[in-house]
Amino acid sequence: MSVDKDTVRKVAHLARIAVPEDRLETLAGELNGILAWIEQLNEVDVENVEAMSSTVEVALPMREDDLADGPTGGGQSDRVVANAPRTEDNFFVVPKVVE
Amino acid sequence: MTAIENFTLAALLDALKTKKISALEATDAYLERVDRSGALNAFVTPTAEHAREMAKASDARIATGNAGPLEGAPLGIKDLFCTEKVSSTAGSRILQGFQPPYESTVTANLWRDGAVMLGKLNMDEFAMGSSNETSFFGAVVNPWRRNGDDAPLTPGGSSGGSAAAMAARLCAATTGTDTGGSIRQPASVTGTVGLKPTYGRCSRWGIVAFASSLDQAGPITQDVRDAAIMLRSMAGHDPKDSTSIDTPVPDYEAVLGQSVKGLRIGIPKEYRLDGMPEEIEKLWSKGADWLRDAGCEIVDISLPMTKYALPVYYIVAPAEASSNLARYDGVKYGHRADEFSDIVSMYQNSRAEGFGEEVKRRVLIGTYVLSAGYYDAYYLRAQKVRKKIFDEFNDAFNSVDLILTPSTPSAAFGLGEKTADPVQMYLNDVFTVTGNLAGLPGGSVPAGLDGQGLPLGLQLLARPFDEETLLKGMFALEQSAGFTTRPTDWWAV
Repeated sequence: MSVDKDTVRKVAHLARIAVPEDRLETLAGELNGILAWIEQLNEVDVENVEAMSSTVEVALPMREDDLADGPTGGGQSDRVVANAPRTEDNFFVVPKVVE
Repeated sequence: MTAIENFTLAALLDALKTKKISALEATDAYLERVDRSGALNAFVTPTAEHAREMAKASDARIATGNAGPLEGAPLGIKDLFCTEKVSSTAGSRILQGFQPPYESTVTANLWRDGAVMLGKLNMDEFAMGSSNETSFFGAVVNPWRRNGDDAPLTPGGSSGGSAAAMAARLCAATTGTDTGGSIRQPASVTGTVGLKPTYGRCSRWGIVAFASSLDQAGPITQDVRDAAIMLRSMAGHDPKDSTSIDTPVPDYEAVLGQSVKGLRIGIPKEYRLDGMPEEIEKLWSKGADWLRDAGCEIVDISLPMTKYALPVYYIVAPAEASSNLARYDGVKYGHRADEFSDIVSMYQNSRAEGFGEEVKRRVLIGTYVLSAGYYDAYYLRAQKVRKKIFDEFNDAFNSVDLILTPSTPSAAFGLGEKTADPVQMYLNDVFTVTGNLAGLPGGSVPAGLDGQGLPLGLQLLARPFDEETLLKGMFALEQSAGFTTRPTDWWAV
C-alpha cells in the first residue's frame, strides 16, 4: 500500500493539520518510506494471536463516583482556563460554530 | 571543598546530611555551571530563583532534623514533566508559555523527598526523536567530542537535555522519560547511567503524553547507585494513573553490591546486527565476560521477533500519539494561530504552526494507520506482533534472569548527520524499543570508549517489577567496567 498526494491531503484534514499544496508530494514520499519499512510486518504469522494494547494485565481500577479534591477536582474553572489563548468569564472563546 | 562536579548524588546527599555543604551552596554551585553552559543548550528554562528558595527550605529542614531522602539535591527535570507555575513545553512551540496549574506525580514525589529543581531540560519535541534535533528550542550538544575533532555531536534523544546536563555535571541527577529508548539511548551516548523502570512503576500523571502504553519516567544519573536512589523517590502507586501498579517500592540501593553469583544472563543472538561497529560487538562480549567472572551463567538465547519491534513501534506509537496530540487545538492551552476563517482552519493553522516536521509526520502516520480501511492491516496487526514480542520475552525469562545487549548500534553521531532519512534515525532505538513494547525494566551502563574516544553503553533488561535484579546486574557491570572518563568542560564560558 502506498499513499499519494490525495491520501496525504485527506489524512492531513483528518488530523487537522494544514499542509500547503506544494508540501504534499514531499510528505507522500516520506510517509511511503516509513510505510514501506513497516510493511515487513506482513511476514509475521499472526493467526490466532490476540491483539495487545497494554502490558499491564490488570482490570482498570474502579473508584467511588465522588468529586475529587485537589487538581482533579471541581470548582476551579479559573485554573482550568488559565492557559487558554482566549477566554471570557472562564469560558473558552472560539470562532462561531453554529449559524 | 570538593568541586561540585566531583560529587555523585550519593556523595552530595552525605555531605548535605553531615553539613559539610549546605543545600544553598550546592544549588549555587550548580547554577553557576548551568549559567556557563549555554553552548550545550541543555536547559530550556533554568529556574534559579525557584531553586534558591527550595534550597533554603531544604537547609531549614536539615537544621531541624527533618531531612527527606533527597534533601537539598539539585536536579534537572525533563521539560515533559508538568511543573506547577513553571513553563512546561515538551520541546514544542505549541506549548510555548504553558504554565501548568498542577505538578506531575513524579516531580511531586521528588519535592516531597526534599529535592531542589534547577530548571527544565531540553528534549525532542513531544519526546519524538533520537538526537534532540526536533526540539523547537534547538538541538542539544553532547559534551563529548571525538578525539581531536570539534564537530558537535548529538547527546541522543529524546531525553538529550537530561543526558547532556548529566554528562556535563550541571545537576546532581536528572529525570527523563522513555517511550522507545529515550532514557537509555541518550545515556549510552553520553557516558551516563539511564534506567527505564517497568511500565506502571512510575506514575504517568502530569507527564505530557506521547504514547500512553509505552511512556515511562526514569532517572539519568552519573552512576548506578544514584539511579537506585532516584528511582526510590520517583516510583510508587498513584490512583491518578490507572496503569500505575500498587506494589511496594523497595530500597533499591540496598541490593547494590549483593552477589550476582548464579544469575543467568541471556545473550540474544538477534541483537547482533549486520554492519554494527566491531567495537560494540567486542564490548558486548566483554560485558558477558565481566558477568561470567562475577559468577553469572551466560546463556545464548533467541528472540526471533526482535527485527519486527521497530516497525511495530512506528505503528503503535504514532497511533497513540495522533490521538494524544488531538488535544492541542488552540482552544484550551498553547498556541493559537492569528489567521483563520472558521474553527476548522483555526485548528489546522494552529497545529501546522505549533508542531514541528517530525511531530507532523508521526501524527499523519498515526492518523493513517487508524483510519478506516487501514486499521486492521496496520494497527491491529502491529498489536498482534507486539503480543508475540511480549510472549517471547516472557518465555525467555523462564530460563534467564537478565538479558544483556548493547544499548545503541553506534556511538554519538554528528548533529545533522541523520536528519535526512526518518527511518535511519529510527534505527537508533533498535536495542531499546523491545523493552517498551514488552513493558520491561531496562538500564544502560557506560562500559567503554570507542576508537574515537566516545562512550558506549551496555543494556540489561529484566523481568517486570524486578528492578532490584536489574540494578544488581547494572552495578556489577559498572564495577567491572570501571568507566571513569569524563568529557572536558570545553563548553564553559
